[in-house]
Amino acid sequence: MKLTVWTYEGPPHVGAMRVATAMKGLHYVLHAPQGDTYADLLFTMIERRNHRPPVTYTTFQARDLGSDTATLFKQSCQEAVDRFDPQAIIVGASCTAELIQDDPAGLAETMGLSIPVIPLELPSYQRKENFGADETFYQIVKHLAQPQDRTARVTCNILGPTALGFRHRDDVEEITGLLSDLGIDVNVVAPLGATPGDIARLPAAHFNVLLSPETGETAARWLEKNHGQPYTKTMPIGVGATRDFIAEVGAITGLPCTPDESRLRMPWWSRSVDSTYLTGKRVFIFGDGTHVAAHTRVARDEMGFEVVGIGCYNREMARPIRALAKEYGVAALITDDYLEVEKAIEKLSPEMILGTQMERHIGKRLGIPCAVISAPVHVQDYPARYSPQVGFEGANVIFDTLIHPLVMGLEEHLLTMFRDDFEFHDAAGPSHHGGQHQMADAGASGGSISGKMIEQVAADDNVIWLSDAERELKKIPFFVRGKARRNTETFAVERGLHEISLDTLYEAKAHYAR
Amino acid sequence: MNAPLPRTNGGCRDAPVLKERGQREVFCGLTGIIWLHRKMQDAFFLVVGSRTCAHLLQSAAGVMIFAEPRFGTAILEESDLAGLADAHEELDREVARLLERRPDIRQLFLVGSCPSEVIKIDLARAAERLSQVHAPHVRVLNYSGSGIETTFTQGEDACLASMVPVLKDTTARELLVVGALPDVVEDQMLGLLSDLGVGPVRLLPARRIDNTTAIGPNTVFALTQPFLGDTHAALERRGARHIAAPFPFGDEGTTAWLRAIATEFDVNEDRFEAVTAAPRARARKAIAQAAEVLNGKSVFFFPDSQLEIPLARFLTRECGMKAVEVGSPYIHDALHGPDLDLLPAGPQISEGQDVDKQLARARDARPDLTVCGLGLANPLEAEGLSTKWAIELVFTPVHFYEQAGDLAGLFSRPLRRKSVLRLEAAE
Repeated sequence: MKLTVWTYEGPPHVGAMRVATAMKGLHYVLHAPQGDTYADLLFTMIERRNHRPPVTYTTFQARDLGSDTATLFKQSCQEAVDRFDPQAIIVGASCTAELIQDDPAGLAETMGLSIPVIPLELPSYQRKENFGADETFYQIVKHLAQPQDRTARVTCNILGPTALGFRHRDDVEEITGLLSDLGIDVNVVAPLGATPGDIARLPAAHFNVLLSPETGETAARWLEKNHGQPYTKTMPIGVGATRDFIAEVGAITGLPCTPDESRLRMPWWSRSVDSTYLTGKRVFIFGDGTHVAAHTRVARDEMGFEVVGIGCYNREMARPIRALAKEYGVAALITDDYLEVEKAIEKLSPEMILGTQMERHIGKRLGIPCAVISAPVHVQDYPARYSPQVGFEGANVIFDTLIHPLVMGLEEHLLTMFRDDFEFHDAAGPSHHGGQHQMADAGASGGSISGKMIEQVAADDNVIWLSDAERELKKIPFFVRGKARRNTETFAVERGLHEISLDTLYEAKAHYAR
Repeated sequence: MNAPLPRTNGGCRDAPVLKERGQREVFCGLTGIIWLHRKMQDAFFLVVGSRTCAHLLQSAAGVMIFAEPRFGTAILEESDLAGLADAHEELDREVARLLERRPDIRQLFLVGSCPSEVIKIDLARAAERLSQVHAPHVRVLNYSGSGIETTFTQGEDACLASMVPVLKDTTARELLVVGALPDVVEDQMLGLLSDLGVGPVRLLPARRIDNTTAIGPNTVFALTQPFLGDTHAALERRGARHIAAPFPFGDEGTTAWLRAIATEFDVNEDRFEAVTAAPRARARKAIAQAAEVLNGKSVFFFPDSQLEIPLARFLTRECGMKAVEVGSPYIHDALHGPDLDLLPAGPQISEGQDVDKQLARARDARPDLTVCGLGLANPLEAEGLSTKWAIELVFTPVHFYEQAGDLAGLFSRPLRRKSVLRLEAAE
């Protein structure tokens, strides 16, 4: 038993959902109690997907446990196949269903379905989300891939991108473009956007590009062993790694790989004088092993930062991250305990964190800028714009991402020149971020008690807050209190009132209500 | 003043209920911890469960606002599943460690989950044992928020019901108001009751552990939330009497709720009018602004929080909407009856869920507004339906007069947004 406050990874069946949701024509029948449907909102809200994940939950209840949950599973399975008409289904259990040992795989097998049924064994009490995704994708590939001839032209598959992945949507597009420049066509991208029929065609490619080791490595290894497809080991994140990746592809294919670097701006942006201020900024890097390893190199060799600590939450990547840390002369933190990460950051007090959604919160609390470079991420890290991490455009995007939380170069010089100026002091924060320094006083920004913006009026000394109204105002959450105060005072001034009573407060609230 | 509100068109209390059983797109009862831990400022909620439970709480909370919140999950691991003696020892160790680190904690709730219920970890026994170890500083109680037993807001019900047996006995005539409300709303309510001359008033849950809330045959209680069925039963078992009333949403609901209490405490009509007239007028005015958008529009409720019936009553009677279907996870006549009486006849009342069938009905009806959970909202928006996420109705202050306009605004905003956006390609 381990006390956990926040988690970096969900349970393994959520990993299976990431694969199922990424694919088309595949359905996941999940033996699970009421409430496990919460996972749908990860996809519909955080990633803003416009379809429900293709998952049927059996939704068993306490009263079913004594009777027949197995029949309930078979019934749900049959209904899902009839309703959604998938090309294949994956079947499995969530943590609770694992305990009641109904054997969804065996049950589904006895049903005589005419489509492939792929059973999943995901040990909920030992493993986590990334394992679940990796294992699910591997099982799908193992069950569906068909031996066949290679394509006439040199082609590859792109393996690993899933739903809820960090920038997977754009990474697929960027790497596809890069490969096309090199004269290599993409045979299948999987799981993202693939159908079970596409999975069958995987062995037609000459090699595999492993775009997300966390979720695709077991499948890539299996394809190498059973279908003779080599896979790329370099993660093309950053300028140097992208060039290395291209060289690796050249070695695999024997093609002369000379990439078009005309869109690559990052090296000049990094060399230009405004970037001088980046030199030696102390950064702490934490996330999934793949992104941490890539960003460690980018941080030191391409941004000129000083890396003061690295770590990852997925134990599967502990070994390479420890080796990398040794190479950089720093300690590796391998943990999925959020509080330990916070403690490490507090101790190292870096000038910047490259992390996940969790480190963003740590940074906020400690007043340290944070750029998000890895899952888990929140809704704001699924941007509408094109923003890949891999390839040359990815390098451009990363440069912007890493400097955004910081004070700009010229601005930093101004800070030094006008150290005691009221507008340019350390606590003022970067000028391209709104409203930070105001948070310190009455907390007057954000939220809305009324939803209606009003002009800030000059404080009218003639308006007095009566004590009951003042007390009531204090009960309003701090982040809307400032606006409530301003709205009420404006309301009072407009009506020529000199005192604000409890009634005035609520009259004003009703007035601005929308 | 005792005249009951008129039923409209016969009401829905006797309407046939469509009972469904199938996939449910709802949260489990653990979700209640998100608001309960903010309400009870000296309480810690320790879920004994799996990684899924921890992940649910994190996802439902949306963002992590607090570095170390007053809730956590003791995640069961392979070794815990092997032998149960272990699980109790491990729990004792984790609790001791937790309470040592957090001396501000005075109440600890051990919260059962699906896995802990299935492997039958006896949390009642654990709570008793831990109470003895950590008394008098910490009181340890237990309840189940598991998905196999509770739907979303039933978690709060189970939590409050677990507190009823430890309330002291009294023979005093007191009003107990039951249901977690945001502090600002609770204070408004206490202000109204005090102006009416009703008292003493006790609260369940109290903001901090207190020994003053007591209960007995002369206690009368009012519910502020429509999902407190088990708490209602537990209070009646202790001899308290329920004041049945519509729930305090909107001008009409708030007035009816207050009036039922006023009648119980013999408050005269003049005083009732004097206390309620101004806030009622404000509520009506604020509702009117949102109602302009809502008037004549149709609404379809997916089951979520058990707030659906009172809210449908508010939207139909005070905002001019037409209800197509009102789905609730569970319907209790003793709690929902007064609101069903007032809900104009017509809508399909449904209990439970088979989500794919219900989605088919919603697509068929093409309502102007669909109230549903977060898992369904974006997919339905993508199909061209306007939606209101139901969870906001539970997390936002919406009770009593001063919030009536905000409540209506929650429903009108999606429709206003749809009308202001101009994103279609030119024809």
